[in-house]
Amino acid sequence: MIITQLKDLNQIYDLIKPYNKILITGCDGCCQPPRSLNEAKVLGQLLELKSRTENKDLKWKAITVLRQCDDRIAATTCRPYIEEFDAILTLACGLGVVMMNKVLPEILTFPAQNSMFGGVQNTGENNFIEYCETCGDCIIGETGGVCPRAGCAKHLSNGPCGGMVEGMCEVGGYTIPCAWVRIWARLKEFNRLDLFKKYRGPRDFRTSTSHGYMTIYKDYTNIKEEKEGKE
Amino acid sequence: MTKRPAFSNLMKAVSDGHFVFTGELEPKKILNLDEIINSAKAMKKTGRIVAANVTDGPQGDAYMSSMVPSYMVQEKANIEAVWQVTIRDRNRVALFGDVIAGAVLGLKNILTLTGDHTALGDHKKGRPVYDIDSTQFAEMLSMMIDDGTDYEGNEIQGGKIEMNFGCVANPNSDPREPEILKVGRKVEQGIDFIQTQTAFDIDQAKEFLKELEQFNIPVLLGLFPLKSHGIAWYFDNFIPGVSVPKDLLKSLKTAEKENKGNKPGKYAAIDKINLEFFKPFIEEIKKTTKAAGIHCMAVEYERLFAPLLGGFPEYVK
Repeated sequence: MIITQLKDLNQIYDLIKPYNKILITGCDGCCQPPRSLNEAKVLGQLLELKSRTENKDLKWKAITVLRQCDDRIAATTCRPYIEEFDAILTLACGLGVVMMNKVLPEILTFPAQNSMFGGVQNTGENNFIEYCETCGDCIIGETGGVCPRAGCAKHLSNGPCGGMVEGMCEVGGYTIPCAWVRIWARLKEFNRLDLFKKYRGPRDFRTSTSHGYMTIYKDYTNIKEEKEGKE
Repeated sequence: MTKRPAFSNLMKAVSDGHFVFTGELEPKKILNLDEIINSAKAMKKTGRIVAANVTDGPQGDAYMSSMVPSYMVQEKANIEAVWQVTIRDRNRVALFGDVIAGAVLGLKNILTLTGDHTALGDHKKGRPVYDIDSTQFAEMLSMMIDDGTDYEGNEIQGGKIEMNFGCVANPNSDPREPEILKVGRKVEQGIDFIQTQTAFDIDQAKEFLKELEQFNIPVLLGLFPLKSHGIAWYFDNFIPGVSVPKDLLKSLKTAEKENKGNKPGKYAAIDKINLEFFKPFIEEIKKTTKAAGIHCMAVEYERLFAPLLGGFPEYVK
């Protein structure tokens, strides 16, 4: 799931201030916490109140989209409305914001949220944890299913850094478990400290700092083999 | 131990079998180096401190970078520097560039560190780099020193760099096993020496040194003489995993209270407490462990050097 956080109301209001009629779109996709029709309506009401304090009369309508990152769904759901509105304010993650701007080029779509990370809800606790930073070079197979890139504040490939106390990380005031201690404990449990001791060489950052394009090969397995030269 | 030659005075003294001492200097947010050069001169004068560590933005704070102060200390105080380099602020390109520049300046020791996270420092919003980690930095330095190449294997014109480098190990790490296993990886990547984080608990220190013996690498145990109660309190509360013994904290507080307004008296009382704690500590480590020496982090506390190290043999020319 993409974990998102609502921007400050004043910040959102500043984004849509120049417009009188806005379409607020929730997203029923993977965005967490949920940002659907109800959340879109609440946001509309708050912005309307805010606009009244500035002697403005903001007109808005709330709808929701099944998945804003899907070009066809986003376009077919929103296109019937756009003529009535000056701008769109979306509760989708960053993917949705970019997609809406792409498939509805005649109108500007603004984000109401910050996209935080790819994560999950921590069962029983009131928080979300980052599980994956989509680095393009997965090493979880060597680390007992715990990702040191998403889970370690220093993104170490050969941790721990040594700053842990009772297994907790110095970053965040010893409230978050050290990823490398979790990796060590997990591999020890399965008698696989050989994997822990293994030295991992420098990471190839081309997988995550390129333009963000990946070629889809015909067979959709993305196995390059002899196709390398044709890229 | 690596088969690499001893390029630095520090490594030469260790391989000659001396029980060595290193000191610590902290360039801060300041435009001149008088203070650290004076401190370095005092270290040199003891005849027992062979090299001085020069810190690189400790606690994640934005301080003067460590390369130029390392050079200045060597030039002006005639004492070798242990140039601390963190991987927090530089990617592999910048690290390589800095290391060859440091080699041209005549720096002979590097201490590789991960570096405290920017979130703990005074520029909390900054983006930390952490391109390569400190183990990978060790591999890169081995290539520069042993093969005369950069991290991709491209030749350095003019040959191999002549440096020795070490890593840090933390005796306060909890749990300790992953810390020891991590040191093992760094040994594999060719480190020459280990300097440890500060220890206050003699039993813990001895246990830790015993566990490090398997690597057959010279270890300098870190000690931090406490210049004031404030520093001790800060250490106790803000340095990860370090706890200052309660008695020591209490006696420092009492000494400061009893000598309020009497600076020389206060200094004498604090020095006495430090000597009573650290001198037997060092003697015990020297006698009962295989430690190669002590890394004495008495930052801006140079007046303690002579009485603290007085009883140990002089070996630095």
